[in-house]
Amino acid sequence: MTDQVKVLTSRWGDNRAHDLDRFGELDGYASLDAAFDKSPEDLVQLIKDSGLRGRGGAGFPTGMKWGFLAKGTGKPTYLVVNADESEPGTFKDMELLERDPHALVEGVIVSSYAIGCRNAFIYLRGECGWPGRRLQAALDAAYDKGLLGRDIRGSGFDLDVVLHRGAGAYICGEETALLSSLEGQRGQPKLRPPFPAVEGLYRAPTTVNNVETIATVPWIIRKGVDWFRSMGSDKSPGPKLFSVSGDVVNPGNFEFPLGVPAREVIMGAAGGMRDGKTLKAWTPGGSSTPMLTADHLDTPMDFEGIQGAGSLLGTAAVMVFSEDVCMVRACLNFTEFYAHESCGKCTPCREGTDWMRKILGRLESGQGRTEDMDTLKDICDAIFGRSFCALGDGATSPIVSALKHFRDEFDEHVSGGGCPFPGARVAVGAH
Amino acid sequence: MPLSDQTLTRAKELIARYPQPRSALLPILFLLQAEDGYVSPAGVAQAAQLLGLTKAEVGAVATFYTMFRRRPVGKYLVSVCKTLPCQLRGSREISAAIAERLEVPLGGTDQSGTVTVEEVECLAACDGAPVVQVNTENYERLTTEEAMELLESLLRDEVPPPTFAADGSVTEPSTAGLHWRLAGLGDPPATLGRGVAAEPAERSIGREPSPPEPTEQREAGEPQPAEGSGAAAPERGDRT
Repeated sequence: MTDQVKVLTSRWGDNRAHDLDRFGELDGYASLDAAFDKSPEDLVQLIKDSGLRGRGGAGFPTGMKWGFLAKGTGKPTYLVVNADESEPGTFKDMELLERDPHALVEGVIVSSYAIGCRNAFIYLRGECGWPGRRLQAALDAAYDKGLLGRDIRGSGFDLDVVLHRGAGAYICGEETALLSSLEGQRGQPKLRPPFPAVEGLYRAPTTVNNVETIATVPWIIRKGVDWFRSMGSDKSPGPKLFSVSGDVVNPGNFEFPLGVPAREVIMGAAGGMRDGKTLKAWTPGGSSTPMLTADHLDTPMDFEGIQGAGSLLGTAAVMVFSEDVCMVRACLNFTEFYAHESCGKCTPCREGTDWMRKILGRLESGQGRTEDMDTLKDICDAIFGRSFCALGDGATSPIVSALKHFRDEFDEHVSGGGCPFPGARVAVGAH
Repeated sequence: MPLSDQTLTRAKELIARYPQPRSALLPILFLLQAEDGYVSPAGVAQAAQLLGLTKAEVGAVATFYTMFRRRPVGKYLVSVCKTLPCQLRGSREISAAIAERLEVPLGGTDQSGTVTVEEVECLAACDGAPVVQVNTENYERLTTEEAMELLESLLRDEVPPPTFAADGSVTEPSTAGLHWRLAGLGDPPATLGRGVAAEPAERSIGREPSPPEPTEQREAGEPQPAEGSGAAAPERGDRT
């Protein structure tokens, strides 16, 4: 049995934690003095030693990412926080900003100090009102108290932070697209290399880190590497937020050490299946990660464990689907998402997602053909690894995994002349 | 011009906030939308002039993002999440019922210019499925009946408290205020939007009608606004 932990969520139960004074009483901004006592190089080394891996989906080691930042370029170094949380099923960063916005501001200050950034940006999606208000209020309060601006706490360190709002585009969660958007362009990804660490925002060295990643940094500075590594596994250490939604009794965010068995997250913390239903499928990390089944419930939820089961940890967004959920309809829903959100830059993703949407639509509405499943697989093959960025790869995940685990259901949609589940949409209609 | 001299000063404040002026383009488009209710051709021209860009460059950006609108939005923007966790809990019944009540297709605005209804992708609140937003504030776990009560309140120009009101969540009282806040200028001024409802004359500048918005909702056959119709322009002058 793995116990839930209270690190990132430690202040979520206090409904005044968003207030700077209350945050201070709860050890808020305590990492600043500890950080300013160290050299930036030592801080980068500390984060490397901690083994912290990015919480935005890819799981890249944060300290290593910081270490790649080009030095001596004569240009400023930028920290950009990716708060464009929009992977279906993921709602951890927004709750963090609602409940504990100063935790991110604190993380931005110490992380900026570590990498030598004097101008940080937080790119927050536009559709989330309350997190936006909370974060802006936290930034304003931090400026008022001298925690941002010039000579922070007498350290000689200056930092300005700009909150920049997105305008509705999932692709801007991809780091190069995010930077394009922050530069006032269409949010389309750019070819790497050069990586943002060398040529990022305004072609200057830039690191893009997820909200949860940055909010974790102060904890490592305050409590040390050994404490951090006491949670999780050697390769995936530390605490992690898991967003659980779908057909469970108690959907919500839960914080566990990485490596917690999926069963304890879904059947334990989230209360198990609602209405006594049976679990049919679940995603470990959002719609872009291949679906798993009840057979995979004992998989440890860390980067290696989930990869071993044939999927990806992604954002640790666990969407749970019961026996009542039609897998064709589920794939159609996700594919509508990808077709809508494809930025249009590359052909495999732009065309492929739309073709798949049409095929899934006709399967669901009873117009499917026996060869459709092979066509879907072919299109997925033509997208995966051939699209410009990971959006295309992600679009193939639900379909490939559903065909692997639930092929019979697709066949039934053809042989039975439509969807065998209740509530079928006969016509694809307005979508 | 779409931005008054006073607001223009604020736009320049936004430009000064960034190491390079063009970064202020998204905020300025939000600001234009706060004043006009949509990104008008005249607004595109003004943004281009402010930032030293061509109108085509600004237009290319404005059409990329779903939150920039090509025609006036209602006072209340009702966004219903359509992604799977919400769909499984009945979100599509909600969006369909709202559209039917307003007698508009998804993406449309009712005759009085009060409510615009749209379906949107994942709103990052899946534990609250189905999620309905009013001016980007969350109303979670609504039944269709509750969603319709919410709609009726909005049509009476009343804004019920959002789900987390007790924790400090507040619904922006108008889309004009919302867009001002999204520009990054904090609390909107009380006079925002007064007497600047889109006028037909204003819409005749530049290329009209605008290219269709790249949304699936449009595929449902949503009509494009007629030239100079000023369709569904909210009665902005009524508020203070």
